Amino acid sequence: MLPGRPRLRGITSGKGEILPLCLMPSNKVIQLFRKDLLLELRQQYTLYGIMLYVASTIFVLYMAMGKPDAQVWNGLFWMIQLFICVNAVAKSFLQDSRGRMLYFYSIAGPVDFILSKLLYNLLLMLVMSLCSIAVFILLLGAPMQEWVPFLGIVCLGGISLSLVFTLLSAIAAKAQQQAALLAILGFPLIIPQLMLLIRLSRYAFGEVFREGAVWKIAGLLVGLDAMIIVLSVILFPFLWKD
Amino acid sequence: MGKNWWKIASVILLLYTFTAGFLTPVPYVGNLYECIRNFYFHVPMWATMMTLLTVSGINAVLYLRKPDPRYDILSESYAKTGIWFSALGLITGMIWAKYTWGEYWSNDPKQIGAAIAILIYAAYVVLRNSITDLDKRARVSAVYNIFAYFILFPTLIIMPRLVQSLHPGGEGVEGNPGLGGDSLDPIMARVFFPAMLGWTLLGVWISTLVVRYNILKEKLLEA
Repeated sequence: MLPGRPRLRGITSGKGEILPLCLMPSNKVIQLFRKDLLLELRQQYTLYGIMLYVASTIFVLYMAMGKPDAQVWNGLFWMIQLFICVNAVAKSFLQDSRGRMLYFYSIAGPVDFILSKLLYNLLLMLVMSLCSIAVFILLLGAPMQEWVPFLGIVCLGGISLSLVFTLLSAIAAKAQQQAALLAILGFPLIIPQLMLLIRLSRYAFGEVFREGAVWKIAGLLVGLDAMIIVLSVILFPFLWKD
Repeated sequence: MGKNWWKIASVILLLYTFTAGFLTPVPYVGNLYECIRNFYFHVPMWATMMTLLTVSGINAVLYLRKPDPRYDILSESYAKTGIWFSALGLITGMIWAKYTWGEYWSNDPKQIGAAIAILIYAAYVVLRNSITDLDKRARVSAVYNIFAYFILFPTLIIMPRLVQSLHPGGEGVEGNPGLGGDSLDPIMARVFFPAMLGWTLLGVWISTLVVRYNILKEKLLEA
């Protein structure tokens, strides 16, 4: 908080409502996260927009593929997750206008800001993952045999995807042609995690793994996620100052 | 001489690699026969690529610590030369794969790793071109460079050990996926290690020339 700056107590959403924003230094992350969440819930068109994107993409897929076998189902599912993630996370650094960003800069530090974005995107992607799995099962059938592990893997996948694309969308927001650039930057970087996720999901489709291999791959994914959070926290402050 | 001794060393080592690599006897392993000699040319490409990309990453870190445009030029030039070496590694590997595995591309984790590396650093070049402001370009691309480096290198190290591979050290295949170790024949080691050093020095040499060219170009634009 810079001295002498007028202390703003709230910001207006698109509809002109006042969002309560009393940012205490101790819970800035939670407050910024709440701000994103409230904005999303009040400007529902973006949330429904992504949900509609999920539904229509999977519907087009169903029209093209019908009910595929387990191997193809698995591959398609994760590709669709990837596209949903690019679309859902892409706007996380674009929706805020320049002026509003300046306001956030003055009241919160870069680390608070990126952590709140990571948390928010993580939640958004978890919800979208669960939505897409429901539509997938409805339209393309349910070839998996182990339900609980599969849901766990889907959540882990949603988390991994959202974390990688959060920092990348912050990078892409600095350049021109943001949407196209996000895909170019992100797809090669996400391949390792996507490969691990596709391989891990085969466990839920009845493939027998060696002793401990499932936990080894899951541990590797969690380790990569932790590394990406650390990298985001270290690197975001350099993108922040403009 | 003086400062340039390593350039002369590079030329001598590469001359040695080309003569000894083609003339000295090699052990016959499996279905490799004489084409095992490609080992002296294919593997050093990866060593060179990793060295160049690491130098690029280090310069990106240095730039973020102290925004000197020189670091940015170094980072960019080393990354670009690294792309060329990874392409060379991929091509030499694909030709070799055609004769031993029967296909140019057999979805081997190391082939995938190489392809990912090329895609990532090609995206790095595109990112650079899409930002016009010089200072912002340097900063944003340094951030991407570091982020990509920390995802790429674990992938290159972990993947071949996890997934089935035709390369040495994959699941169910003998050997070590990293450097030769015990599985490297002592006769081949005599050519292999000089070859690694020679190619790496050549890669650094080319990069320094690219750096000098880019610095001159920058000066020309300023004038």
